[in-house]
Amino acid sequence: MAFFEMTKTAIKTLLSTPATILYPAQPAKKTPLSRGHVTIDESRCISCGTCQRKCPSQAIIISKEAKTWQIDRLRCVVCNSCVDTCPVKCLFMDTQYSSPVIARSVELIAITYVKPVKPEKKDEASA
Amino acid sequence: MTKQIIVPFGPQHPVLPEPIHLDLVLEDERVVDVIPSIGYIHRGFEKLVEKREYTEYVYIAERTCGICSFIHGATYCQGIEQIMNIDVPERAQYLRVIWSEYSRLHSHLLWLGLFADSFGFENLFMNAWRIRERILDVMEQTTGGRVIQGSCKIGGVRRDISNEKLDEMRRDLDGIEREIRDLTTVFLQDDSIKHRLRNVGRLSKEDAYHLGAVGPTARGSGVAIDLRKTGYGAYGKLNFQLVTDNCGDCYGRCAVRAQELFTSIDLIRQAVRKIPDGPIDVRVTGAPNGEFFTRAEQPRGELVHYLKGNGTKFLVRSRIRTPTLTNIPPLVRMLQGCELADVPVIVLSIDPCISCTER
Amino acid sequence: MTSEIPETVPVEVGKLIGKVEEFRNGGYRLVQINCSKIGDVYEINYSFDKDYGFRNLRITVTADTEIPSISGMYWGAFIYENEMHDLFGIRVRGMNIDFKGHLFTTAVKFPFSIAPSTLTKDEKP
Repeated sequence: MAFFEMTKTAIKTLLSTPATILYPAQPAKKTPLSRGHVTIDESRCISCGTCQRKCPSQAIIISKEAKTWQIDRLRCVVCNSCVDTCPVKCLFMDTQYSSPVIARSVELIAITYVKPVKPEKKDEASA
Repeated sequence: MTKQIIVPFGPQHPVLPEPIHLDLVLEDERVVDVIPSIGYIHRGFEKLVEKREYTEYVYIAERTCGICSFIHGATYCQGIEQIMNIDVPERAQYLRVIWSEYSRLHSHLLWLGLFADSFGFENLFMNAWRIRERILDVMEQTTGGRVIQGSCKIGGVRRDISNEKLDEMRRDLDGIEREIRDLTTVFLQDDSIKHRLRNVGRLSKEDAYHLGAVGPTARGSGVAIDLRKTGYGAYGKLNFQLVTDNCGDCYGRCAVRAQELFTSIDLIRQAVRKIPDGPIDVRVTGAPNGEFFTRAEQPRGELVHYLKGNGTKFLVRSRIRTPTLTNIPPLVRMLQGCELADVPVIVLSIDPCISCTER
Repeated sequence: MTSEIPETVPVEVGKLIGKVEEFRNGGYRLVQINCSKIGDVYEINYSFDKDYGFRNLRITVTADTEIPSISGMYWGAFIYENEMHDLFGIRVRGMNIDFKGHLFTTAVKFPFSIAPSTLTKDEKP
């Protein structure tokens, strides 16, 4: 008859530190690779549209005329495709989750990339 | 003549991880017949394949299920690679095996916890999930996601694990194995648990084979089917023993899953020892043209992906046949003749993953 | 590798029961029943397995054909045949447990029999 098999585990867990974290009072544990939300360095984006084409949930919309980059945080599934395929590496994956919202909205960011002047042609920079 | 009453079980029930509805026909306290009914979580994945390119469908295939997500993605990639005759590099295949076995560990620990909760042992439930946290931490450190990994792609894997990290994972497994051994000793030796599980939900070997049971539901009744023995991916180069049990009751199915935890740890150790250096992906061009049935072993049983392409970027048909869909007829057979109080334990012993079933 | 090209045998609807009975007597277990819509016809695959060897029967029917049920030989086939009826609208004669269209409750009846819309991925519906 085998009873009290659990005693050893029960006493060990009673006397050790809790296994749970008091989130959100304490921050959640994250690793360097954790996928939280996508951020952009707007001074490097060349508006090529690759991230918009590769996004599987159509969360990114780029407007070349208005020079904006917008993302719908609730559609984004943080799959990392845009970060992987950006040709100038201006997108980064941050480890913290995006914060909760009470209404659907998109995040609009203005692109501040300035095409560098080519000295031999002596043309004005097309901003 | 005793009166028959019908008691609905589910879709909301504390013991079920996902919603399924069973109409139990009772005479006094004994179940005489069961009518299952699904459709609470049907999301139409197979229709979505017409709208998403075949390279992006990996993300959708992975989100079919939250518990067995990695193996869905890996099997879909395997199917497309077979249609397009792509040779996946060896290192990528070993990495897929390592992540699949970690996925199996976390799924079986999750099931052990839910099973303990179904017969009322909540501390045991929490202890199983405490060990599972260590496995999920490893998954997050290597892929970036605890539940949805997103690391398979057509032609290989997206992320590499460095050799130092692999050694660290192998050393951590020793500590995890000791804790798992303590936990499974409680499940298999304790008398109060045996009292709840012995002779409950019997399924004979004949019935298990002909009704189409797969996975631990079949292996718990003595039918030796395990798709990993066919050698897909890197499984052909690894050695392991099939785990079966001849009792055919809930205790047998629990024992099979508890023993499979140790098989998985052993497979991870072998894979870490044998993994070669090299590239982790190949470049993929073109579109799939043709059809294929590809099979893999999920924690719950045999998974079949049927894919059909016609040369364009969108597939014509993707069909996912998950193990729980084929374990429902054996469940109906097991429930006939049992007591009402045993119904949650028996329903949970087939490991129902209803979101896989209904896609 | 398990994924060798499975043997697919095309079969007439009338000879289906005979072939399935051969598999039953040979000790094969039923793996799945699958339906695909190719243009206007439906292709139905019956898959069987024994000792990891995978065999396939295929019948091609139009939308109004009635096919016989194999649940007399494989009791567990009812779940696939009901699913085929609920999603594609194919009528199956003689199922042992007939849900009469209520196994999968969807908002649109027979959703998978509707042709894919012509919208491409980038257009908003």
